[in-house]
Amino acid sequence: MKKLSARRRHPLAALVVLLFALAVTGGLYAAFAPADKAQADDTAQSLAIKEGKKLFAVGCASCHGTGGQGTSDGPSLVGVGAAAVDFQVGTGRMPAQQPGAQVPRKRNIYNNAQIDQLAAYVASLGPGPSVPDKAQYSADGADIGKGGELFRTNCAQCHNFTGKGGALTNGKFAPTLEGVDPKHIYEAMQTGPQNMPSFGDGTLSPQNKKDIVAYLGAVNGDKTASPGGMELGGLGPVTEGLFGYIFGLGACVAVAIWVAARTTKAKKS
Amino acid sequence: MSNETTATTTRRGQAPRGERIADWADGRLGIYSLAKSNMRKIFPDHWSFMLGEVALYSFIIIILTGVYLTLFFHPSMAEVTYHGSYVPMHGIRMTQAFESTLNISFDVRGGLLIRQIHHWAALVFLAAMMVHMMRVFFTGAFRKPREVNWLFGFLLFVLGMFTGFTGYSLPDDLLSGTGVRFIEGVILAMPLVGSYLQMFIFGGEFPGHDIIPRFFTVHVLLLPGIMLGLLVAHLILVFYHKHTQFPGAGKTNNNVVGMPLLPVYMAKAGGFFFLVFGVISVIAAVASINPVWAIGPYRPDQVSTGAQPDWYMGFAEGLVRVMPGWEWNFWGHTINFGVLIPILVFPLVLVAIAVYPFIESWVRGDKREHHILDRPRNVPTRTGFGVAWLVAYFVMLIGGGNDLWATHFHLSINSITWFVRIAFFVGPVLAFIATKRICLGLQRRDKDKVLHGRESGIIKRLPHGEFIEVHEPLNQEQLHVLTQHEQPEPLELGPEVDENGVRRKLKRTQKLRAKLSKGYYGEDNVIPKPTVEEYKEITSGHGHH
Ligand code: HEC
Ligand code: HEC
Ligand code: HEM
Repeated sequence: MKKLSARRRHPLAALVVLLFALAVTGGLYAAFAPADKAQADDTAQSLAIKEGKKLFAVGCASCHGTGGQGTSDGPSLVGVGAAAVDFQVGTGRMPAQQPGAQVPRKRNIYNNAQIDQLAAYVASLGPGPSVPDKAQYSADGADIGKGGELFRTNCAQCHNFTGKGGALTNGKFAPTLEGVDPKHIYEAMQTGPQNMPSFGDGTLSPQNKKDIVAYLGAVNGDKTASPGGMELGGLGPVTEGLFGYIFGLGACVAVAIWVAARTTKAKKS
Repeated sequence: MSNETTATTTRRGQAPRGERIADWADGRLGIYSLAKSNMRKIFPDHWSFMLGEVALYSFIIIILTGVYLTLFFHPSMAEVTYHGSYVPMHGIRMTQAFESTLNISFDVRGGLLIRQIHHWAALVFLAAMMVHMMRVFFTGAFRKPREVNWLFGFLLFVLGMFTGFTGYSLPDDLLSGTGVRFIEGVILAMPLVGSYLQMFIFGGEFPGHDIIPRFFTVHVLLLPGIMLGLLVAHLILVFYHKHTQFPGAGKTNNNVVGMPLLPVYMAKAGGFFFLVFGVISVIAAVASINPVWAIGPYRPDQVSTGAQPDWYMGFAEGLVRVMPGWEWNFWGHTINFGVLIPILVFPLVLVAIAVYPFIESWVRGDKREHHILDRPRNVPTRTGFGVAWLVAYFVMLIGGGNDLWATHFHLSINSITWFVRIAFFVGPVLAFIATKRICLGLQRRDKDKVLHGRESGIIKRLPHGEFIEVHEPLNQEQLHVLTQHEQPEPLELGPEVDENGVRRKLKRTQKLRAKLSKGYYGEDNVIPKPTVEEYKEITSGHGHH
């Protein structure tokens, strides 16, 4: 007994205790958590995780760490969920390239199957929002009017009335939502990429999200009609003012020059 | 035709019907003698003299379309739920003002087109006024006897801004509602009276139920009424003073060379009206403006990015956007400098241009009438001031749209804000100096042209091998244009001491005036015109190349 209490003061004692504690929690976690999963697990799923892990090691680990635990170049992905990966990789944001104010959207370099595998792998690191299915983000059963109201309350302050985008501080910006896949709109709300807040189901219910997606489809989709003619970017009075000056007043001045030139001067020659 | 001849023709037989009607009217209204003296008024021809007309015609278009809109617009803030034909708004609660704007856009025949013509015409109206004002400014058309008319014009511009602002607020959409909220903030930022004034204007807490009906009255009755009166006065004065003209052969301070009002000028003006109407209608037919259905109804708890006013208020928006949000708190009161300073600077900038003519005439000590316009280069100080003013104005417009410049040119909004803060002070100074230099350069070139003729582009080789460019002498008219302007001496303060050797007491204003006068006519600020001797010497033959 005496021996043990003497060793308690040993400089390495804390480390031993820590290792022991880790082993115990790890063991317990291994005993319970995967057991839960194992039930739902089918071979396809674990195959996807395995493939995803390989892809991750090649394309993502340099920044996010080999186990997705994060490095100084990229945040931890534990618990971000499949939806975050599907959004980030599906919109081409990940893998990130040069550093800047904000990782921009670009051409996506993975195919759908690979994205699913990456998502499955990251989802296996910790629980998080899963990729929504089509019924969740399709316009069926959505209330567009309500969606508009919700959009103006929650999103317009950054993304503009109909999602044409807007500036944030120091070069950051809320991008235009034109041509963004409905699934990605839904996922953006679930996961809150970069400077965007996330809107969990407690803040915006799944029905609310559906309404918002449907509203954007109606006012900022490819089939959106602009009843008034050219939209001029849908950015409001600044572009209207420019257009009014250049084409409105510009044309009037051109006409004035033409009218003024049509007089005796013409006869004189 | 005079009355006597009409009388004799009636005895012999009936005069033509039209003539009889005209005669009847003239007997009672005295139109003929009025018309006789005025129909032959002369208007000089220059496109820049038609900018005022563009403003006039767009104003007429605004009134015509505005009347149509009032037939369908309900200036009420009572809440309703929308069930009209624009599906994405179904079931949304909104004010009647907003609902009726949606109805005008989607359910009233021609409503959307008329709305768009009305709004586009308003933008063109203000733009035309601004450019017209600049034309008057840079050519010195504001000099005696036209100072009062300059003020009438300036008032029209300012009232136009507020008419536009109140009109833009009427639909009660999220964009304009944000603007009204901005105005509320401006009112609240006024020390001491702010909160009382806010309660008075809004009839209670923001937004209340009164502001739209009140804006409606102001927008359709009060301001347009005053503007109409001012506009008529403005035109009467243009008529009465007669129009100015650019320098040219045969044009003097005592005549006007141009077309008679009737029939030539009237025909042109009438045609020009339809052309302006056409241009604005085409724009309204192809380009959307203020799509309230996409913007949504106003709710105080909502706001959108990119919330800007129409361009003519963008300058005020810029001032507020770039002003640091300083405030003082003491004894439970707040003074909000972030808003208070911009609302003080806003009128100052406008007044600076309005009072310029009076300052100039005081500095120059010039009390004569001027009917011949200045070429801007010949008055470098005025031209420099005008450009400096424009730079300050447009820098603030950039500030008002800082978010859009940021997103569209991939810049940081913070850098743009800093750029605007600095450029507002530095830009006008640089612009003033640069413009003055350019004006002097142009004066020098004019002098060169007078003395050595115009570069013809023909290269000649002389017998001894030298290449020279052949210069063509200017004709008499061109020479006149380049040399007709006056170059007075700067104001002198006179000797320091009077005839008795006593130091003269000079008022500070006198010294200031002498200094400013040097700014206009001092050695560094004019290129002396070629004298007759110089001209004769050079053109006499020898040494001419
Ligand atoms: C060049 C470094 C880099 C690479 C390579 C990279 N990422 Fe990222 N990733 C980042 C950074 C930095 C962020 C954080 C962005 C932010 O929030 O500003 C991020 C964020 C994410 C997020 C969002 C996390 C959250 O909190 O929602 C996901 C998901 C993600 N990355 C997945 C991936 C995947 C999958 C790959 C491989 C295909 C990948 N990343 C490759 C740097 C990288
Ligand atoms: C605080 C400002 C802010 C708010 C509020 C906000 N967003 Fe965003 N949003 C952003 C930013 C910043 C990005 C860019 C993130 C990135 O590039 O990773 C973004 C990205 C998005 C994207 C991805 C667009 C693309 O190009 O792929 C969608 C979709 C989106 N937001 C939808 C919404 C919706 C819907 C709401 C309202 C529920 C909302 N946002 C609210 C700031 C905001
Ligand atoms: C409602 C807006 C206005 C209308 C309809 C209007 C109309 C006109 C017209 C038709 C003319 C004669 C043609 C011309 O010189 O262009 C004129 C001249 C003039 N305007 Fe305006 N104007 C308006 C605003 C202004 C403003 C904002 C100013 C300056 C502050 C101004 C100052 C003058 C002056 C000084 C003249 C005399 C010009 C000269 O004789 O050379 N006006 N205006």
